[in-house]
Amino acid sequence: MRVSKRASGALAVGAAFALVASGCSSGNDDGGNASASKDGAIVIDGTQPENPLVPANTTETGGGKIIDWVWSGLVEYPNNGGAPRNLLAESIETSDSKVFKIKIKQNTKFHDGTTVKAESFVKAWNWAAYGPNGAQNASFFADIQGFNDTYTEDPDGPDGPKKAPEPKAKELSGLKVIDDWNFEVTLSAPTAVFPTKLGYSAFMPLPDKFFTMSPAEFGKKPIGNGPVSLVSWQDDVEIKLTRFDDYSLRDKMKIKDVTVKIYQDDTAAYNDLLAGNLDFQQQVPVSSLAGDKWKSDLGERAIQTTIPSTGIIAFPIYDKRFQNPKLRKAISMSINRQEITDKIFFGNRKPADSWANPLTPGAEPGNCTACKFDPTQAKQLLQEAGGFQGKLTLSYNADASHKEWMEAVAQQIKTNLGIDAVAVGVPTFAVFRANINAYKMTGAYRAGWQQDYPDVENWINPLYVTGGSSNDGKYSNPQVDALAKEASAAPSLEEAHKKFAEAVKLIDQDVPTMPIYFSGEQSGHSEKIKKIELTNVGELDITSVEL
Amino acid sequence: MGRYLLRRLLQLVPVFIGTTFLIYWLVWSVPGDPFAGKCGDRGCPPNYRAMMTEKYHLDDSIWVQYASYMKNLFQGDFGITFGGREISDIIATSYPNTLKLAVVALAIEAIIGLGAGVLTGLRRNGFLDNLVLISTLFLIALPVFVIGFVLQWLLGVKWGIITPTVSNEMRFSELIVPGFVLGSASMAYIARVARTSIAENRRADFVRTAIAKGLPMRRVVGVHLLRNSLIPVVTLLGTDLGALMGGAIITEGIFGINGIGRQVLRAIVTKESATVVGIVVVLVLVYLVMNLLVDLLYAALDPRIRYE
Repeated sequence: MRVSKRASGALAVGAAFALVASGCSSGNDDGGNASASKDGAIVIDGTQPENPLVPANTTETGGGKIIDWVWSGLVEYPNNGGAPRNLLAESIETSDSKVFKIKIKQNTKFHDGTTVKAESFVKAWNWAAYGPNGAQNASFFADIQGFNDTYTEDPDGPDGPKKAPEPKAKELSGLKVIDDWNFEVTLSAPTAVFPTKLGYSAFMPLPDKFFTMSPAEFGKKPIGNGPVSLVSWQDDVEIKLTRFDDYSLRDKMKIKDVTVKIYQDDTAAYNDLLAGNLDFQQQVPVSSLAGDKWKSDLGERAIQTTIPSTGIIAFPIYDKRFQNPKLRKAISMSINRQEITDKIFFGNRKPADSWANPLTPGAEPGNCTACKFDPTQAKQLLQEAGGFQGKLTLSYNADASHKEWMEAVAQQIKTNLGIDAVAVGVPTFAVFRANINAYKMTGAYRAGWQQDYPDVENWINPLYVTGGSSNDGKYSNPQVDALAKEASAAPSLEEAHKKFAEAVKLIDQDVPTMPIYFSGEQSGHSEKIKKIELTNVGELDITSVEL
Repeated sequence: MGRYLLRRLLQLVPVFIGTTFLIYWLVWSVPGDPFAGKCGDRGCPPNYRAMMTEKYHLDDSIWVQYASYMKNLFQGDFGITFGGREISDIIATSYPNTLKLAVVALAIEAIIGLGAGVLTGLRRNGFLDNLVLISTLFLIALPVFVIGFVLQWLLGVKWGIITPTVSNEMRFSELIVPGFVLGSASMAYIARVARTSIAENRRADFVRTAIAKGLPMRRVVGVHLLRNSLIPVVTLLGTDLGALMGGAIITEGIFGINGIGRQVLRAIVTKESATVVGIVVVLVLVYLVMNLLVDLLYAALDPRIRYE
């Protein structure tokens, strides 16, 4: 998941919101004027990428969206949130979900004029999976056979004196180039969702030039294969992109130039939008949401979308006070989610009623019975669980706007269950996450999840399977593990989704976390833009823009 | 004079070392680990953390870290950020912007503040005096960000007189409003200090003598009165340049100026000691040099002051 890094409120959304939308379009339906669009230029808002722009090393939204525009992957995620479809891939074939034969479209180009070949993918993936390169997205390659040989873990953790042993292999044994346009991927275990993952930025191809220079050097002026190429990047000021005229895939640019202006304050960007100096802002500032001010400011140029991102309150199940599922369910059912989204989020977010965000393929809406507001049943469950001793803390990171809704939740628990619940702010996201990572939480805490790729698998395996990468509460149910494993290894996505649905039923009994709200996004554009679409994650689809 | 200057310059050395160490220690003791929040709710992969820890010597003690930082600093190496950018580059691009903004603010302060102070000091209790008193009270009472947002919205969005944010070229005309916002509180103080100082000296013996000698009023006010009343104002203005640069963080944010404010904030949040110290070191130097200049200016303004 990518984490948003805007200085003001967006550390804010810390992790929880890398923002995802369900392909909403706005403006004139008949589109724009073709000749105005042809040489048109727009200015949109952005944040300074934290690291040089290397796809496998970018985990935050500022750099992530540039990567999404500058690169085109094997598959793409349709703006309407539907199932992924081939983009650069001609075909991805498998008979057992373990060995995938990938054929790519011939003669597509990188921005430096070299051809995108099967090797461009294999070499890029090998680089990312090789431990000593320290790629932030390395774990995405863990499915591929041979990952354990290229990526070794430090035996005593990164803070200990020992170092990770030198990996046995430099390349993943599961990757094999067949010819210029074909390669074969062998996974260590069947994984039906693997082709879906291929649209995530970690899996982008890299040109030969990448391997001749340092990643930092490459990342200042990256060479991708997407609909736009990067012209220049002036730190903290702007990133200039321009149409790549040799682009031959589906999503060609209709306009020519895009300038990403880097703001540190979203209110400044918003004022520029109102004054007509900015053409698109992905998320208008919180201050403009109160009383729907942004809607009256922007009129028809306001875009409201829902994004597949969920606000969650998680339990530290390693703390023995939280080990009774009945207690967890009681707390969850004492929260009136509707009231919170109406009163605190002005209806801009929706009350959560399912475990996976319903915009995700394979997710079932309404499958969270523990998300229902039922104070009577909650009281009864609490009694059966033997009550709750002491103070229930609900912690959140205070460097983002979480105070109001966390306090409302605490108040509801207090009123409806009589538990002494109190919301506690931890000053920064860094300290907050450090405590969570060290399993030192003594009460429930705010969490959030935004999918990396559109599939229900991404909402179960990382969060609710034993040892999952974001299963911070140490929830563990062997039956869930078994079902999730079966689901992941299912020969087809349909069967995988069925198995995941069974796993979710068990999760719903255990209530390891409490989904609270589904996120929304409020964007705005200038009068200049006549047609615009947002991607499945709520980023601007720059190829859709018409003037 | 020469010996005085040398002594003052030598004093800068311990002050410089002391402040840099304090800042280094403060950033170092901010709780949390730099990579805990960096990769979102998933956490950073261990190999990435290991690589960064080794590269930035994060597992060394603060003494070792500080010593190696100072060693590099004296060789002109400010270090690099966690994102791989040269900190000297950041300083070189962001400092001139903040300095430009601060100088514009200082100029506005000096011209409007001093002008209002002299006018009201000469004619106390008149309409103008009351107007200035009330409006300065207003400026002092309002937080900078309120003035900033209100002016940005009124002039930039509502009336369209200015662009709401400052462009990359940092044109002088674009900096007037941000400069006014940044300097507003100090401007009010300067107006008040100048007023009091002028009003006091107005009754001083040397002014009476000058008037009695039959000098023209312009010369009495412009040379005798103003020069002697300037000492407190110069003290304020001189130390203000440093304060304006350090305090520009809010104004820079509102008007989207790529200055040191955002860099310091970002670096503190991500625990990048090297960036914070690098930027603050230059700020400390600005403070020290400005203080020295102010002290030297005293002698020029008031012949009674001599430095040995």
